[in-house]
Amino acid sequence: MEWLRELARRFRMLVHRREFDADLEEEMRLHLELRQEEQLQSGMAADEARAAARRRFGNTTYLKEESHFAWGWEWFENFLMDVRYGLRMLRKAPGFSAVAVLTIALGIGATTAIFSVVDGTLLHALPYPEPEQLVSIEDELPGVGARDVGMNEPEWQDLERSGIFEYVSPAWFDENNLTGAPQPTRVRLLIVAPNYFALLGVQPQLGRAFNREDHSPGLLTEVLISDGLWKRSFGGDPHVLEKSVRIDTDLYRIVGVMRPGFDAPGRTAEERNVEIWAATSFYGAPMVDHPPRYRRNLPTAIARLKPGLTIAEAQSRVDALVAALQKEFPVDYPARNAWTVRLVPLKERLVGNVRQSLVLLLGAVGSVLLIGCVNVANLLLARASARGREMAIRQALGAARSRLTRQLLTESVVLSVLGGIAGLAVLFSLKGFLLRILPGNLPRLNEVSISWSVLLFALGASFVAGAIFGLAPALHAGRLDITHALKQEGRGSTGSGQRARTRRALVVTEFALSLVLMIAASLLLQSFRDLLNARLGFNPENVMSVRTRLPEPNDTAIDKYKTAPQEAPFLREVLRRGATLPGVEEAAIGDSASIPLDQSQRELNLIADGQFFFTLEGRDIQSDQPPVAERSRVTPGYFHLLEIPLQRGRLFNELDNEETPAVAVINEAFARTYWPKEDPLGRRFKSTRTGSPWIAVVGVIANARTESLAEGEVPQVYLDLYQTGAKRLAIFLRGHLDAGAIPGEVRQEVESVDPTLPVFDAQTLKETVAASLAARRFSMEMITVFALTALLLASLGIYGVISYIVSERTHEIGIRIALGATRGNILGTVLLQGLQLAIAGAVVGLVGALIVSHLMAGLLYGVRPTDPLTFVGVAILLMGVALLASCLPARRAMRVDPMCALRDA
Amino acid sequence: MHRDEIPPGTLYLLILKTLARTGEMHGYEIANSIQRISEDVLQVEEGSLYPALQRMLIKGWVTAKWGTTTGNRRARYYQLTAAGRKQLSVEMSQFERVIGAITRVIEAA
Repeated sequence: MEWLRELARRFRMLVHRREFDADLEEEMRLHLELRQEEQLQSGMAADEARAAARRRFGNTTYLKEESHFAWGWEWFENFLMDVRYGLRMLRKAPGFSAVAVLTIALGIGATTAIFSVVDGTLLHALPYPEPEQLVSIEDELPGVGARDVGMNEPEWQDLERSGIFEYVSPAWFDENNLTGAPQPTRVRLLIVAPNYFALLGVQPQLGRAFNREDHSPGLLTEVLISDGLWKRSFGGDPHVLEKSVRIDTDLYRIVGVMRPGFDAPGRTAEERNVEIWAATSFYGAPMVDHPPRYRRNLPTAIARLKPGLTIAEAQSRVDALVAALQKEFPVDYPARNAWTVRLVPLKERLVGNVRQSLVLLLGAVGSVLLIGCVNVANLLLARASARGREMAIRQALGAARSRLTRQLLTESVVLSVLGGIAGLAVLFSLKGFLLRILPGNLPRLNEVSISWSVLLFALGASFVAGAIFGLAPALHAGRLDITHALKQEGRGSTGSGQRARTRRALVVTEFALSLVLMIAASLLLQSFRDLLNARLGFNPENVMSVRTRLPEPNDTAIDKYKTAPQEAPFLREVLRRGATLPGVEEAAIGDSASIPLDQSQRELNLIADGQFFFTLEGRDIQSDQPPVAERSRVTPGYFHLLEIPLQRGRLFNELDNEETPAVAVINEAFARTYWPKEDPLGRRFKSTRTGSPWIAVVGVIANARTESLAEGEVPQVYLDLYQTGAKRLAIFLRGHLDAGAIPGEVRQEVESVDPTLPVFDAQTLKETVAASLAARRFSMEMITVFALTALLLASLGIYGVISYIVSERTHEIGIRIALGATRGNILGTVLLQGLQLAIAGAVVGLVGALIVSHLMAGLLYGVRPTDPLTFVGVAILLMGVALLASCLPARRAMRVDPMCALRDA
Repeated sequence: MHRDEIPPGTLYLLILKTLARTGEMHGYEIANSIQRISEDVLQVEEGSLYPALQRMLIKGWVTAKWGTTTGNRRARYYQLTAAGRKQLSVEMSQFERVIGAITRVIEAA
């Protein structure tokens, strides 16, 4: 405790240091005066007495300093002095200061912006209590190459009782129709176990969570709603808890309202923005009652580990459990499936797929900052030659070298912190705009903010940047040769040889970094261009899709659309009405999986609609991991509307209906995969669901990139919507459409057929295609901006160095010209110097680029990470820029008038 | 008259002891007191009292407050604290140990 009190005393001294100095001065004066009086009394002469008193007292200045230093604040006072001096120097050179501060502001601002995204998504813990105990449970069948296949109710119960987890909750994302509000709306629904909120450790703002012990069959009749839905559909009514809502015509009671800002842990916006949570124990109608273990009907699950258990420990216990279950149920878990259950930290599951892009972005923006630092270092070095005499004089007057180094470093850090503050100011003012340009699907987007850690990062980055660009000039100042510097009357260029070497090294670094960035950017650009130019295989022009959804009530007695024959009249009527809308030339209906390249529904489609497990007729496949394809259910007009050409056989027609045998149209990839040597027409297959009918292939269509822009050959199967029915529907319209009016018009038509149905998500297909590229577009655009900035800074750097070299050598150039060198010779020499720097930079940069491009291979499409054309092309481009930047100073060198140059020297 | 420099490290001891004996003193009085009692043998460079007093203030061995001298002038009076008293006994025992050791070495010769 004593040291604390001592520190307090020292602080008091720091605050009142003027008073302390005055006190000391006064008491020393008193001492001298008293001594002098004493001497006078003993009969000395006045001035003799004063001298004697001083002699006995000692060196007052020295003693005063000693007393002052005793408090241990001189470093701080020196620092303040240096800061003040630094600010004064910056004011004296406004041009230099503005350029340097702006460069740093740009670098720090951009780096901090990207860091805030990295911080919010990758670094921050999830916003739940003890987030490190939260895991995602991922079932895999590596033996048959299937990942993330989901689990089922018996396995869930096994895990719940295993003693490894506090809670386990499957989570099943769904959409539903909410009726009762003025307009029927589609809501995003998450079906979870009753322990879900206890598992996450969150409480509703209003009402209560589910009773976590509830294990009654079927769906609980109570739901929780999100703050957003509460405000939007119930006007924030505080009595909402007394209300019931109809979800897919079933009646539910609202028991709680979640806090604003509470999001379900999800990877995409769609998964996060859950509006209604419903709970079930996953057995009893309408659930599949205690399904067989090979049927994996619960798509995802999260869990909270028992306290004190690490993921590794839990994983080994889960492995043991899996092994035991495989022994117990050998038929359900055949050995060659190699069933495994992986525990993945929940955060990893949510953000794992954006890590690569974000780290790449941070690296890119960090390089820009580094290049900015190098440029400022160059500026400082140039200024250091102008300040050579100042330094020499201060050293001659007794300043220690370390003291000068410290002073210059302080100046750089002041500069850099000013830049950092400016950068942050810009960042704060652009915050709204920047958040808007982030891709909306970024996981944890709403957690991105300028937090304390971000501010700390900016401050740290400023200090480090200041130290980096201040180091070279500071060290050079320390190594100054005083005599030499002082002798060089007014020339102001001292230690130039060494300094020039440093500057060249800096420019080489700059070029290397820019080259890496440029190559990364151009690889991404080419990937993007290739994706844009990928032959779609369908025509998105003039097509709009509008979604609607039929209810799936648990009470089948009130289900108007239970079977395909019951649904068909609705479909036909909507199609008929849709075709009459202004501008519409063609209309078709499909399920939500049939919307080409629709990302927002992607996860949902995989779970509910898209993935189709089937068996082929006549092929005895003893696998519980049957073939899988992407399935869409569409009306006959779909293919013509999207202009997907028929290759063989026929498309669906009006003769295919509920009564006739089930038919399918497949794409070429499907045919090639499953009937490589045979004619697929007439072949039959069926869904693995029990009781499914055989489906005959009647037509083969060309491959179209409706699933993924990056993949051209995805096996796809199309079923006739009239034969199968579907709940999540998309109405397709082609023609000269008024995109603003269509949603309302379609709503009117749908409502006039069935007023309880929601109409939502109206989009042109071109928008859907663009949205599927949004994340790629974002990283590509960012990296390109950073690369161009880097190129600009690097060319400024090379321009500065060459100009400097030319001005240093004016005298020499004058002599050369006088001795008969042609202007061309001079131009050549100077350009060569610029080129040399660029080549050195390019060599270093190419090595760096090779490493980086391999790391980002996962982000590329259609272009190899070592694409020689890109590497050579970018290197040549960079050298061209270097030559161009050297041109201006070279021309100045060429025009040196030998008479003037020699006279001035 | 010949004056001896005080042995290094004993300045604190001298100041602490002087203040312990007399209670309250300003710098000039401390210097005079040390000289008078040592019968002018111990010569303190008077000014060096002040850095030493500053360090003792930081350590919390003494406190200082402004008062008036008999000649009616403003002076800063130093006073021993409890910590200072403890330090005095530490310094005393240390000093005695050193002196005792030196004495034994000399007498052994």
